[in-house]
Amino acid sequence: MNEQTALQNEATDRELLSFRVGEQEYSVDIMSVREIRGWTRPTPIPHSADYVRGVINLRGTVLPIVDLARRLDLSVEEACERNVIIVSKIRHQTVGLLVDAVSDILAIPDSEMQPPPEMTEEKDRGFVKALTIVDGRMLRVLDLETVLPEQSVEAV
Amino acid sequence: MTSPDPMAEIRASFFIECDELLEALQDGLTQIDEGAADDETVNVCFRAVHSIKGGAGAFGLDDLVRFAHRYETVLDEVRGGRLALDHDAVLLFMRAADILFDIVRNCRDDVETDATAVEPTLRELESLTGGSEGEEEEEVADFQPMTLSLDLGLGAVDTGDTRYEIRFRPERELFASGNEPLFILRALGELGHTETECTLGAIPDLSKLEAEGALLSWKIILETNRARNEIEEVFEFVEGLCTLEIEELSGFSLPPLPDLPEISEVPGDSAESIESEDANSAPPISRLNLTLPGAQETQTPKTAPVSETPAPAHASAKSQTQRSSGSPSAPPATVRVDLERIERLVNLVGELVINQAMLSQSVAQAGIPANSPVAQDLEEFMQLTRDIQDSVMMIRAQPVKSLFQRMARIVRESSASLGKRVRLVTDGETTEVDKTVIERLADPLTHMIRNAVDHGLESAESRIEAGKSEEGCITLSAAHRSGRVVIEVSDDGGGIDREKVRAIAEEKGLVQAGQSLSESDTDALLFLPGFSTAKTVSNLSGRGVGMDVVRKSIQDLGGQVHITSTPGKGTSFSISLPLTLAVLDGMVVEAAGETLVVPLGSIVETLTARHENMRALGADSQVLQVRQSFVPLLDLGVELGFREPRSDYHGSVVLLITLEDGTRSALIVDRIHEQRQVVIKGLQESYGYVPGIAAATILGDGQVALILDPVDLLSSANGKTRYRSADLQIAG
Repeated sequence: MNEQTALQNEATDRELLSFRVGEQEYSVDIMSVREIRGWTRPTPIPHSADYVRGVINLRGTVLPIVDLARRLDLSVEEACERNVIIVSKIRHQTVGLLVDAVSDILAIPDSEMQPPPEMTEEKDRGFVKALTIVDGRMLRVLDLETVLPEQSVEAV
Repeated sequence: MTSPDPMAEIRASFFIECDELLEALQDGLTQIDEGAADDETVNVCFRAVHSIKGGAGAFGLDDLVRFAHRYETVLDEVRGGRLALDHDAVLLFMRAADILFDIVRNCRDDVETDATAVEPTLRELESLTGGSEGEEEEEVADFQPMTLSLDLGLGAVDTGDTRYEIRFRPERELFASGNEPLFILRALGELGHTETECTLGAIPDLSKLEAEGALLSWKIILETNRARNEIEEVFEFVEGLCTLEIEELSGFSLPPLPDLPEISEVPGDSAESIESEDANSAPPISRLNLTLPGAQETQTPKTAPVSETPAPAHASAKSQTQRSSGSPSAPPATVRVDLERIERLVNLVGELVINQAMLSQSVAQAGIPANSPVAQDLEEFMQLTRDIQDSVMMIRAQPVKSLFQRMARIVRESSASLGKRVRLVTDGETTEVDKTVIERLADPLTHMIRNAVDHGLESAESRIEAGKSEEGCITLSAAHRSGRVVIEVSDDGGGIDREKVRAIAEEKGLVQAGQSLSESDTDALLFLPGFSTAKTVSNLSGRGVGMDVVRKSIQDLGGQVHITSTPGKGTSFSISLPLTLAVLDGMVVEAAGETLVVPLGSIVETLTARHENMRALGADSQVLQVRQSFVPLLDLGVELGFREPRSDYHGSVVLLITLEDGTRSALIVDRIHEQRQVVIKGLQESYGYVPGIAAATILGDGQVALILDPVDLLSSANGKTRYRSADLQIAG
C-alpha cells in the first residue's frame, strides 16, 4: 500500500496517457512516455517470453517491444498495422509497449486515485497500481516496472 | 585540491600527462636495459621524473613529490655519469618506476600510499649512490657540491649565491592562456630569497581601465645558488607571453656566518659531509650554501630540483635538437579528445552507414537502373561512407604499447616473486587496436603472462640442465594480420608436458581414459574449466582463475586463442582479435523467414546438404559428412526456436562453422543473402542476454537483425556431448 500513500501525498494532478488494450482501458504516467509510433514488424528474439514481440529499430537503437495484451493475459487479435507502440522509459530502460490504440491525455487529481481492490489473482493485481473513474469508465493505471521483461526468467 | 572544476580539470590533465611521462620513463629504462641507450635516454628518464615531480608539487601531492625527488636524485647521478648502470640497477629503476606509477595512481584516486611498500626500494635506490642513511632528512640531501667538484671550470653559476634582477612584464595573452603570475613569483621564491616589487605605473584611471589588459609588471631581485636556466625554467610556460629580462647582478655574496653548530642540524648536513670527503677544496662553498638567510633557504632543496647538471642550458638545448631531428619516430601532433565525443561520432557514423544502406535499398526498389547518375552517385556515396567509417574507427585505435608496458611490470613482479630471471621481449608495440579491446585485454593477458612465467618457464636449474640460458625469455608481440590483430605470448620454456596434462585431465574426469587425442587437442585441454597443472597452488597462478576464463574473456571480444607448443622449446599462445568492437564482417542469412548475421570469422566454408552426405545419428539428429569427417547438423531456425525441423534437408545451404577449439558444426540456413560489414548494436543493455545471440544490427531496410554468437549457439545446442541435439528432430 506504499504506492497509495505516496499517491495521496502529492496534491498535484497526475497526467496520464490512456490507451486501449483489447476491451480494457489502461493508462501510464505521461512523464514516462517518450513517443508514440506506428506499428513496425519487430524482429523476434529467440527463446524469449511470448509477450516479448521482439526488437525494432528506433532511429538506430534497438528497442524491445512488449505486447501488453499478452503481458496482461488479455485475449486479443494478433497485432497488425492498426496497433501502435508507446515508447516509454522505465527507470533506465526504454521499452516499446504494443497497444491497440491511444485514446486520450487526462489530468486526474491524485485524490481521485484509488488502490486496486484485493483480488484473488495476485498476478493480475500486480500490473495495476491504481484505479480511477473517468466519464463513468474505469481507468487502470499501469505499474510500468512490472511490465518490463523479466531477465532472469528469460535467460534460460 | 578542493577547488572546483578548473583546477580539477588541470589536475586531471596532469595525471594524463603523468601517464605519458611514465610511459616515456618505461621506454627509456627498457632501452637502457637493452643497451640501446645514449645520454639522451637517461635525460628523457630524468626529465620524466622531474616533470612528474614538478606537477605534483603544484598540486601539493607530497607523497609523489617525495618519491619522485629521491628517484630523480639518483637518476641525476646516472645522468651525470657518476653512476654506471648494470642490469640489476636497471631492474631496480624499473621497480622504482612501478612504484612511481602506483603513487601517481594513488594520488589520482586520493588514496594514501603505503610507505612500507615504498621505503625499501627507495633505500635500495639510494644505496646505489652510496647515499647516506635513510633518514627523513635524506630527501633533501644536496648533491650539488659533488657536481661542483667536477665542473668548476664551467663558470660561477653554482658557486654560491648570485643576485639576479628579473624584470617580468606579462602580456595580456599570458592571462588569456590561463597563466597566473602569482604562481611564477612563488616558484621564484622557492629558488631562493626574493625581493619583489610590483610596478603599478601603467595603471590608468578606473574609467579607462581595461579589465582584461595586462598592466602590472614586476621587478624581482633573486638571490639564489641555482643556475640561470633554472630561473628560466620557471618562466617556461609563459615564454613569448611576457617581456622577460634576467640580469645577473655582480659583486654580491653574503658574508658567511660563523654559526657552525646550527649547520649540523640543517638538512644539507649529510651532503656536506659527503662533499667534504670528496673535495676538500670546496668547503667554503657549501658553507655559503647553508648559511643563507631564513627558513626559505633551508626548504629550498625540498621542493625544487636538486642539482641540475653543470651546464643544463646546454644539456636541454641538446636534448631538444635530438628530439626533433635525431629520433626517427618523432611523436606526431596530437589532440586530446573526450572519449564520449568520439563515441558519439562513432555512433553517428553507424547511423550514417545504416541510412546509406536504406537509401541504396530504396533506390533499388524504385527501379532506378544501375547505370543511372543516381545509382552511380550513390555508389560513390557508399565508398565515402565506408572511408569515413574506417577513419572514425581509427580514432578509437590506440597502440598496444601501454598494455605491453603493463605486462612488462607483471613479468618483473611475477619473476621476482618466483625467483626466476625473466626477460620480456616485446614486438609490434605500435600496432593499433580499438581502445576498448586494449582495456579488456589487460586481464586475460596478465593471466597469460603470469602463467608463462610460472608454468611456462622452467626453474633456473632445469634451464641450465637443458642447455639454455639461465634467464628465461617471454616474447609479447602484436601484429595486424588480414584485418585482425594477432597478439602472441610465447616463452622459451619446456613446452607443454602433454603426458602430465593428459593425466590431470583424466584424473579430473575431463577426458576419458584411453580416448585418443591429437597433440593440439591435448593442448586445448588447458582451456577447459577446472584445469590447473600447477602441483602446488602458487601465489601467482592457480587462484581458481584458469585459462578457461582467459578464453572466455577473449571470446567476449570476438577473439580466438590458439596454443602451439614444442617440447623443450616453449609454448606460444596466440590471440586473434577483431580490430574493432563496433563493426563486424558477417554473412547475412535467412532462417525461418528471419534475417540473421553470422560472423564471417567462424564460417569456414559453405556447402549444400545432399541425401548422400547426411547420416542419421540417434533418434533425432543427423550428421553431415564433410570429406572424411562427420559434423553435427543443426538447423538454425530450429535452434532459435523459430520453427519445427523440416522433413528433408536435401539441397539446403549449410554453413560449416568452426570454433577456435576446433569444434565444428554444420548450420543449415534457408538462404545466404550477402556478405557485408554490419554495425554492432548491443542487445545486452536494451534487452538482456539472449542465448545464441551476440548482438543486433540494423539492416538496409531498417529492420533489426540479430547477430549470432556461434560459440554460445553451439554450446547451448549441443550440451555436453557434441553429437546429440535434443531439439533437432530430423525425420530422415
